[in-house]
Amino acid sequence: MISPANYVALAAILFVIGGVGVLVRRNALVVFMCVELMLNAVNLAFVAFARLHGDLTGQVIAFFVMVVAAAEVVVGLAILTSIFRARRSASVDDANLLKY
Amino acid sequence: MTGSLAGALAGNLTHAAAVTTLPAVGVQRLAWLLLAFPTAGSVILLLGGKRTNAWGHLVGCAMSLAAFGYGVIAFAAMLGYPAGQRSREVQVYTWIPAIGRFHANIGLLLDPLSICFVLLITGVGSLIHIYSIGYMSHDPERRRFFGYLNLFITAMLLLVLADNYVALYAGWEGVGLASYLLIGFWQFKPAAAVAAKKAFVANRVGDAGLSLGIMLMFATFGSVSFAGVFSAAHQASATTITAIGLLLLLGACGKSAQLPLQSWLLDAMEGPTPVSALIHAATMVTAGVYLIVRSAPIFNLSANARLAVAIVGAATLLFGAIIGCAKDDIKKALAGSTMSQIGYMMLAAGLGPAGYALAIAHLLSHGFFKAGLFLGAGSVKHAMNDDVDMRRFGGLATAMKITFVTFTFGYLAIIGVPPFSGFFTKDPIIEAAFDQGGTSGAILGTAALIGAGITGFYMTRVLLLTFTGKRRWEDDRHPHEVSTVMTSPMVILAIGSLCAGGFLMIANRLIGFMRPVVGTPPPSHGFFAPLSWLTLALVLAGAGIAWVMYSRREVPVTAPRGSFVTVAARKDLYGDALNESLLMRPGQWLTRLAVYFDNRGIDGIVNTIAATMGGSSGRVRRVQTGFVRSYALSMLVGALLLVGALLLVQL
Repeated sequence: MISPANYVALAAILFVIGGVGVLVRRNALVVFMCVELMLNAVNLAFVAFARLHGDLTGQVIAFFVMVVAAAEVVVGLAILTSIFRARRSASVDDANLLKY
Repeated sequence: MTGSLAGALAGNLTHAAAVTTLPAVGVQRLAWLLLAFPTAGSVILLLGGKRTNAWGHLVGCAMSLAAFGYGVIAFAAMLGYPAGQRSREVQVYTWIPAIGRFHANIGLLLDPLSICFVLLITGVGSLIHIYSIGYMSHDPERRRFFGYLNLFITAMLLLVLADNYVALYAGWEGVGLASYLLIGFWQFKPAAAVAAKKAFVANRVGDAGLSLGIMLMFATFGSVSFAGVFSAAHQASATTITAIGLLLLLGACGKSAQLPLQSWLLDAMEGPTPVSALIHAATMVTAGVYLIVRSAPIFNLSANARLAVAIVGAATLLFGAIIGCAKDDIKKALAGSTMSQIGYMMLAAGLGPAGYALAIAHLLSHGFFKAGLFLGAGSVKHAMNDDVDMRRFGGLATAMKITFVTFTFGYLAIIGVPPFSGFFTKDPIIEAAFDQGGTSGAILGTAALIGAGITGFYMTRVLLLTFTGKRRWEDDRHPHEVSTVMTSPMVILAIGSLCAGGFLMIANRLIGFMRPVVGTPPPSHGFFAPLSWLTLALVLAGAGIAWVMYSRREVPVTAPRGSFVTVAARKDLYGDALNESLLMRPGQWLTRLAVYFDNRGIDGIVNTIAATMGGSSGRVRRVQTGFVRSYALSMLVGALLLVGALLLVQL
């Protein structure tokens, strides 16, 4: 039996990797994948705690997160595609029209 | 119960003069017709438009004459009642229904005082209407002029017939409006427009006094009707009564052109001459005297307020007379004389029960001779192509015989030569002033006496400069007698100037008639007492000096520089300069200061706040860079801060 602390530590590491990726990468597709990584890090933490407490709620939440993440990816990729068509670029720094 | 009854009895004893008012019966119940006739006239003329141009002036005259006719009928009915039952009232309608304790009716009070005014206003007013048919015959706006004349008559009748101060105030304001419209009738002349505005503004000052007086009455007595105020007057404190008296005096000063609100009267000469006659003889300036005499029960209770009225009257009578001496404009000289004569009336009214009836007597006889003089001046002006400078008249007596004779009648009446009106009505005022006794009596009497002498001087000057001596007019003038429609009112007024004073005063006719309203004056000394001879001597001396100066010597066409006094009098004794420096300029400074404060202070604060908000938000919005990753960073920082804060709280 692996200690739950290991799961939580893994989740934290994955979350930080994802967060750093969101902050430093310009390619929108990569940013998306990093966001997914963060979501799944959270899912891992939920599941680990659910197992630890013997309570199914955390596992249910993880399914919800997956569903929402799937929906979000659909919308996000659609936006991304149309931006790419218009600008021939997937860089998040180029899409900066909505500002002061 | 017994106590209150005793109190009521005591009140009745101390105020035996206050008569009970009975409801009107018979023909007097139609008193509203007095207001209805001229109102109908002005409505028809002012709303009827050009359709009424052809016959509008006739309607105006007819309405005024109809009111006069009804006035005579009501007067005859009044004479049929015993002396104590002549005050009759007609409730026309409830004007302001009760709001708390406050309510006001349009009720008409027919009593000996108001009927005198009704007959004067409608009688002399009708003659002026008739005269105006001729005088305004060449004016394209004649119909509008008659509409305003009728409006003036309506307002003045409401003023004198009202049975409460609020309705009186409505008439009072109506008179102010009508005078504004008529003085500025020739609005295309800037001088006329300015004069109208000046009259209105000066009157507003007086009106403010009257309205404050009415408010004080309501606050003190809980009533604004004459009956309510007068029956409760003796219960109020002496200070309150004096304050009410002084506020009423301020109102009277505005309407009657008394010091210190006299300045509008001379400028008001810019209006057509019939308007001057109407304002000076029948309406407007008499309103102040009416207000004082009507409020007799208040003034009877306050010697100080009475003294203030008398002092204002005495000062104004000298002030007006001195101005009258120096004016070369015939209408302005007459305006000075009006101010002076109204001063006599105010002086008389300030003497209390001894003088109320004398004030009214002089007012009535003044109505005749001053209207006559103004209509005479109007026909001279008409004949001389609207020139009013007496230095360019001279020798008109032969060219305008009727005008000359009627003007002379008015002249003899105003200076007080027996048997003309002024002698019978002015001398008793001088006499009553001396009879008051004490220092004040001596000073007031002396002022009135000197005023009579000066009157003799300036009126002789006007007569001589205009009608006698060499013809000084330019060659293109062809003076001629005016048409019959203008001369006949002048003739009637001249007859009035001759007879009115004697008729009113001999055998104490008017004094006896007025007794129920204003009380009993002390017996007079008769008309040929030593004082009368002294007055007459002074008048003749004044006339003699004028004769030496303006008949024996050559009259220069351009006015000589004159002495210090003459220069001052030509400038209305610096009344305008004083108003300008004391009120107008500080007022302008005040408004400029207020505008500056508004622009820089109030607006400054608001604008600064707005600019600060705008500027700072302009800077803050630079944070919205449009870079998604910087937003992500700020979210991350925020989330970390939140987590950190939670951890801090937990630990």
